[in-house]
Amino acid sequence: MAGDNQDVGGQLNIHPMDQFVIHPLFGDGPVHWYTPTNVTLWLGVAIAAIVLLMVLATRGRAVVPSRGQSVAEIIYSFVRGMIVDITGEDGLKYFPYIMTLFLLILFTNVLGLLPYSFTVTSHIGVTGVLAMAVFTAVTVLGFVKNGGKFLKIFWISEAPLALRPILAIIEIISYFVRPVSHSIRLAGNMMAGHAVIKVFAGFAAALAFYTPLGVGLIGPVVAIMAIYGLELLVVVIQAYVFTILTCVYLNDALHPGH
Amino acid sequence: MASETTNDAGQVADAAAHAGESVGMPQLDFSTFPNQIFWLVLSLIVVYFIVAKVILPRIGGVIEERHSVISDYIGQAADFKKQAEKAEADYEAALKEARSSAQAIAAETKAEIQKELDKAVAKADAEIGAKTAESEAAIAVIRESAVENVREVATVTAGEIVSALMPSVSDDAAVAKAITARMKG
Repeated sequence: MAGDNQDVGGQLNIHPMDQFVIHPLFGDGPVHWYTPTNVTLWLGVAIAAIVLLMVLATRGRAVVPSRGQSVAEIIYSFVRGMIVDITGEDGLKYFPYIMTLFLLILFTNVLGLLPYSFTVTSHIGVTGVLAMAVFTAVTVLGFVKNGGKFLKIFWISEAPLALRPILAIIEIISYFVRPVSHSIRLAGNMMAGHAVIKVFAGFAAALAFYTPLGVGLIGPVVAIMAIYGLELLVVVIQAYVFTILTCVYLNDALHPGH
Repeated sequence: MASETTNDAGQVADAAAHAGESVGMPQLDFSTFPNQIFWLVLSLIVVYFIVAKVILPRIGGVIEERHSVISDYIGQAADFKKQAEKAEADYEAALKEARSSAQAIAAETKAEIQKELDKAVAKADAEIGAKTAESEAAIAVIRESAVENVREVATVTAGEIVSALMPSVSDDAAVAKAITARMKG
């Protein structure tokens, strides 16, 4: 033990990004596409949590709901209300997929706040796939449902005629930037908050080491508590934001006439 | 405390050594992308089927059932309210009827009492009339006899006075005649 700490500067050798490393669950081999990794583990835990809350807690099908069933119903009504508000009743056809997105993102986000856990949604590879799936689906759906009329979302008929081509270019660029912003917003939020917590945890370790009786620990620990509260808010809001943007994009495909 | 943190720091250093192969952000280690994508897509499919086959039908059904139960209860409550209103109306009608019959009874009773009273008053009046007539008759008799007595006394006294003053012209019949004339006047 003492040998590890010969270099006192090592106490401030903080690795806030180590928590995001993907490693195999068993052994130390290379990460193939099929290797069970910590991604697999935490996606599995998220699915287990979804089943626990949304399936097991609602098995009573009670008219007067239990606490667990109330929470499940609140989530259901929340997502359903979001779809109806933004896309109208015809968007309810896509309720299952949007609910899937919301549940999986919400639970991986929240579970990522557990100490020693791994946040699946902090990976741009994961959120990128989610965002590209939404982007592709919305684009295909837009053309299938509206044919050439789908292109109207780039042609703002309310604007003066001279401005329309310029606006069309801006609209097209912003349309193709959507999956990028959609995915980076989620991954970036997840990564940044968790990294900040790790940095403060590193400070706590260092200050505990350098100050008498480790009293210096108090400052960073209080800061971690505050950031943790904020992060709890952020993970829920980001799951909400990802879902609501999916609804907004879906609305473009269903009703392209702005 | 210090030894604990040392321990932690040791673990961190260990982990860092393991992570040595990925430089910078693990998010940009593209060699792990196939792994992430595979497991993510698998999870999405699993969750999609759980959501579509179990969660949405179940919760949607429960919420719908609750709505129908609540609307049933609201319908029942409306029925009960209607019944209560009807009962109240019946009660009001009964009260009104009772009040009017009470008034009728009171008026009837009053009329009866008035009739008896009138009868009693008439009877009393008649009795009083009879008594008055009787008394008047008695008074008349007394008055007559009193006049008779006065006449007698006057006749006797006047006769005595005349015979005492002028014994020569004593005439009882003339005295009586004079007295009668005087008393008439």
